[in-house]
Amino acid sequence: MGPLIVNEIISPNTNLLIAMLIGIGFGFVLESSGFSSSRKLAGMFYGYDTTVLKVFFTAAITAMIGLLFFSLFGWIDLSYVYVNPTYLTSAMVGGAVMGAGFIIGGFCPGTAFCALSIGKLDALAFIGGLVLGIIFFTEGYPMWEDLYKANFMGTPTMNELLDIPRGIFALGLILAAFAMFWVGEWAEKKFPREEY
Amino acid sequence: MSEVKKTKYLNPYVGGVLLGLVLLAANFVSGRGLGASGAIKSAVVTTVSLVMPSHVENSAFYTEYKESHPGNLMKSWLVFEMIGVLIGGFLSGAFAKRLKFKVEHSPKITSKRRIIFAVLGGVLFGFGSQLGRGCTSGSALSGMAVLSVGGFLTMAFIFGTAFALAYFFRKNWI
Repeated sequence: MGPLIVNEIISPNTNLLIAMLIGIGFGFVLESSGFSSSRKLAGMFYGYDTTVLKVFFTAAITAMIGLLFFSLFGWIDLSYVYVNPTYLTSAMVGGAVMGAGFIIGGFCPGTAFCALSIGKLDALAFIGGLVLGIIFFTEGYPMWEDLYKANFMGTPTMNELLDIPRGIFALGLILAAFAMFWVGEWAEKKFPREEY
Repeated sequence: MSEVKKTKYLNPYVGGVLLGLVLLAANFVSGRGLGASGAIKSAVVTTVSLVMPSHVENSAFYTEYKESHPGNLMKSWLVFEMIGVLIGGFLSGAFAKRLKFKVEHSPKITSKRRIIFAVLGGVLFGFGSQLGRGCTSGSALSGMAVLSVGGFLTMAFIFGTAFALAYFFRKNWI
């Protein structure tokens, strides 16, 4: 049955309409959870507000479990679902550069748009920076093309890498997430601060 | 101490489950995850193509990108999704009475300093998202849901680096 677009149950134009509806849900949940505040987002890295950790990992395990069960019930063919390719070097270097951008700028791209939608001008400045950063990448592309394409591994998944069943890895991730939630709750008590 | 801590926001675990369901819906309907930086790239490439068409023909990146993304770049899944994010965020802010033009910053710093750091952080995040083939939404969150090794790696490096550098930028936030 799923994914609906791959199996031609919906048309490409309907897919775009649904993309917008999904975006509305995405933006609404981000804003309601407080992701429109850079100080709240940054709180994650000082322990005073671990909302980011809780929302992010709850979302990841929810979607992961959903896909697992949809696949077991035969509702979705996972071989048609996009799996992000793994380029070892650029995943790490790109992640590190993004991490620096996160603590310096206080947003990530999705949360910046969410914050802009309620009028945060620092988010607008961040988005201006994003545009510059992307232009810098595209214009200087020959300089980092080798780095960008280095150590391509295909599209491995964590369970394939560890050679264990998908469900076992999922269970492990759920337990790890619960352990992190516990640490997050502890940190918020240890470093209490007024909510932004 | 027994007083329940009041919050103006949604319970983070409830928010997380809802966000997970949105991500699940994206995979079920469209066979893909969420994203954000890709939409900005579509807008950048489209603008550059309109303003400097000859430059696009001579540039390695634009040629490769256009080959892998035929057709109108603005008629893409991510562009429509990001328009939705602006609408959804606005609606949530309107219901919660949070709509207001302001520069949010720690009382220890000026608005000007906040804006300069926001631009700097944006430049780094924009560049990193291109190198890492997606940002926190597209690579880390969506990648983790489908158990992509690259997604887990990118997630670990985003949060790891931010933690490692947090000490040096503490004045900006707390």
